[in-house]
Amino acid sequence: MAPVKRKAPKEEVPAQAVSVNDLPWLVRHDAGRCVLCGACTAACTFGAIEAKLPPRGASAAEREMRKEAGEGGRPVIVQKAEAAHACTGCGMCEKVCPAGAIRPVRNLDNRWAVLSRTHGEPARRGGRGGRSVVEAPPRERTLDAVVIGRISQMTDPALDSERHTFELRSPLGRLLRPGELPLRVEDGRLVLAGETPPVRWIYPVIFSDMSIGALSTRAWEALALAVAWLNEECHLPVRMSSGEGGVPTRLLESERLKYFILQIASGHFGWNRIIESLPRMKADPAAVLIKVGQGAKPGDGGLLPAAKVAPHIQAIRGVPGATLHSPPNHQGLYSIEEAVQKMHLSMNAAFGFRVPVAVKCAASATSVAVYNNLLRDPYHICGGFFLDGMLGGTGAAYSVSLEHTGHPVVSVVRDCYRAAAGQGLQGRIPLWAGGGIGMNGDAAADAFKLVCLGADGVVLGRLLLQLLGCVGNEHGRCNACNTGHCPAGICTQDPRLVRRLDVDAGAQAIVDYMRAFDAELRKLLAPVGNSALPVGRADALVATRKDVADRLGIAYAC
Amino acid sequence: MCRIGSIKCREAVPPSLALRLMLPQQEGHDNSGFALVMQDLEGAFSHYKETPLLSLATTPEGLRLVADHMAALGFVQLAQWVPEVDNRAGLNMAAMPRYVFSNYDWPEVYRYRGQKDREELLLDTRLALRRLLEEHDAGYVYSFWPDVLTLKEIGDPADIAAYFRLWDDDGRLVARNIVAQCRQNTNYGIVRYAAHPFFLQGHTLCANGENTLFTRNREFQQSLHRGYTGFESDSQCLLYTLHYVHRELGWPLTYYKHVLTPLPAAEAAAREDGEVLGLIRESLAQLEINGPNAIIGLLPDGKMLACCDAKKLRPLVIGSGEGDDGDMVAMASEVCALNAILPARDKEKDIYPGERELVVVDNGLELQRWLQ
Ligand code: SF4
Ligand code: SF4
Repeated sequence: MAPVKRKAPKEEVPAQAVSVNDLPWLVRHDAGRCVLCGACTAACTFGAIEAKLPPRGASAAEREMRKEAGEGGRPVIVQKAEAAHACTGCGMCEKVCPAGAIRPVRNLDNRWAVLSRTHGEPARRGGRGGRSVVEAPPRERTLDAVVIGRISQMTDPALDSERHTFELRSPLGRLLRPGELPLRVEDGRLVLAGETPPVRWIYPVIFSDMSIGALSTRAWEALALAVAWLNEECHLPVRMSSGEGGVPTRLLESERLKYFILQIASGHFGWNRIIESLPRMKADPAAVLIKVGQGAKPGDGGLLPAAKVAPHIQAIRGVPGATLHSPPNHQGLYSIEEAVQKMHLSMNAAFGFRVPVAVKCAASATSVAVYNNLLRDPYHICGGFFLDGMLGGTGAAYSVSLEHTGHPVVSVVRDCYRAAAGQGLQGRIPLWAGGGIGMNGDAAADAFKLVCLGADGVVLGRLLLQLLGCVGNEHGRCNACNTGHCPAGICTQDPRLVRRLDVDAGAQAIVDYMRAFDAELRKLLAPVGNSALPVGRADALVATRKDVADRLGIAYAC
Repeated sequence: MCRIGSIKCREAVPPSLALRLMLPQQEGHDNSGFALVMQDLEGAFSHYKETPLLSLATTPEGLRLVADHMAALGFVQLAQWVPEVDNRAGLNMAAMPRYVFSNYDWPEVYRYRGQKDREELLLDTRLALRRLLEEHDAGYVYSFWPDVLTLKEIGDPADIAAYFRLWDDDGRLVARNIVAQCRQNTNYGIVRYAAHPFFLQGHTLCANGENTLFTRNREFQQSLHRGYTGFESDSQCLLYTLHYVHRELGWPLTYYKHVLTPLPAAEAAAREDGEVLGLIRESLAQLEINGPNAIIGLLPDGKMLACCDAKKLRPLVIGSGEGDDGDMVAMASEVCALNAILPARDKEKDIYPGERELVVVDNGLELQRWLQ
């Protein structure tokens, strides 16, 4: 019998080699329960696991005997010790395993922060704040230190949230000061004697600008479907921003365009199609939103990796398949005045002054200056100021940008409101706040508090993805939106993965959440005795932290 | 909760009538104060109807400060009425050392100025006096306007009346329009300026209730007009909104209600003037009120108005009397008040303003009910 060849154990210690324990997630596989169906390896979009026949500790004679007896080895699922195939903890393997034999567990001893940068490339991931890998304590949110403390129960009875009629509407568009209203007294009545800027009164929630390239077409479709349903069946006039990726022509030319806010960012992606569709548009869009910046990776442009750009998306965007970067700013802009001018032009040229034009900026230490500038603009052009805080963002970005740049949104909203109020200009340019709204699942509470602090409404983004089935979180779970391998089919163009997302079920989840949101918002309005949105009613809030109370100018309670 | 009331009469009536209107509503106030604004005066003031009348509660030092300031501005004092107070022991009242009501002639340079300029001067003068008295902790100035007298004090309304000898009805203090309030002090510190009725450039207002959108109202009004100041009471906002809509914007009075309590958007949109109402609401959202309020107002031309917030939680009733009842219209928080001074009126005709209603009483005592 020829001697069995046996690989000698390595003599050198391969200290630089990546081991599974260096990776952020460990895949635990229970070979005893495994039924060898292969579902987990098929489901893993990251190629993190494979089936292998493990070498076994047995003597050569024993192995020979087994072979003769016709006994084969039994494969097991092992995790690849490769950074390029690191498990993201998405849990798809666990979802598909019929035997409960596999699941990812967080690995606190990982070296990922170092490993992920080994190729001279900054680490990239999907847009989420929070420490990416290390188990960090949950980021303490300002809004959680704020509670609704003024309960109308004594001198001003609370309302009945189930029966009272509430008016939950917010403006989008430029509102005139009383002295500027074109009104004339005629026979003891006021009559209109001139034009006023367009203003839309909408639900105080806007679905954030996530482009049709960043999302999968199905995910975008699910959002669009939810918006139409909310408007037409639930009578909640929620609006959705298109994002920079462009809009399908069918939608541009449909009545439902009125539910959409067309976004123009520095890449101008998709605007050819929009302009070409103009003559055939049956309805005006809800607004035009000029994106100057966003809350995640602010000051950095949007990034759409080539791997994610499917041909139909290329067509909508009007750019051939290549990694696309929206520059960090509109390259032609050198000042807010010019931004205003640009709005003026786009409004004039595109929609004949019938559509409000708003601007979206990353929250920043300079936001108040920008807001003041827009408030004082003599042309009265700007129809909304969208502030995006650092917890916002969905697209692919560098980890370092996601975690270390940006500005929380709460104090900026408050500062902007107070700056306007100091000049008697509050309410002239509606303030919309985004960035981490509903991170804890309670979007209505976040919205109510931000409204009391001065926002007219809020912008939801990532929460919608979660409703569609995104499994990522603030502790480095999944967050692989940059890879094109989204295991939930939400931000990928891979047709096999996109199929994982059920459009109708996704839309249904969003509609259900918004209906709950509406009921919850009433539940918060009723106790303070307000039947309309209490914009700027900071006296309804108290802070349980002194520093937060002082910063926001609200009462401290303990 | 405070109790409020007002009287509008063809013949000038004494303040004791206002007290008789207010006192039956006793359970609604706590004897912590009484205040009234009288307009269209006769008696001691009948010869000075065109000249501004200053109402002060002050210290001797304050009096000197005011005299110097007025002289420096060129105001010449024409007449002064100092109530002969009854200083007997045991009255539940926190009196100031001096109460002075002085009529002034216009400064020389204002003789030929227009009405508008004069009205601005009166406001600026009152604001300056207020600051002056505040700096020296030397008293309060309530109104400075032709043919308007304001009296406010802390204590039991009946005792306050006794102190000022208001029960004597000696004919020196009489007026055709009186707006009054008896206080329920819900705040710990008692601030005289916080007592209704409030006055600004001929506009008088008092309210019973709580303005739950006070913060919003105040933040907006602070930068709207220099006269919108103090904000010692959340009800002052209601006066400022009246002043803003009626005087600054020059809108018909009915729009006051549209600004305070706009129609629900759907209702407004269905109306012919929906677009105008929508614009007003958009533009003046910060002046809305959402809390329970019953409001009585008096305009520079003597018209009296009454309205409530849209929740309609605070009562208000309007009754008119003729003949034996002395040709008058009275408004009050409670109907027992009307019964006290208008016992013979036709109670069937009493008006309880609805949540969408504005009632205006003109100088001919005609009532107009205007539905929003
Ligand atoms: S958790 Fe996700 S990434 Fe990790 S092995 Fe399972 S399927 Fe693959
Ligand atoms: S599930 Fe998809 S959308 Fe969610 S974090 Fe993972 S890759 Fe991104």
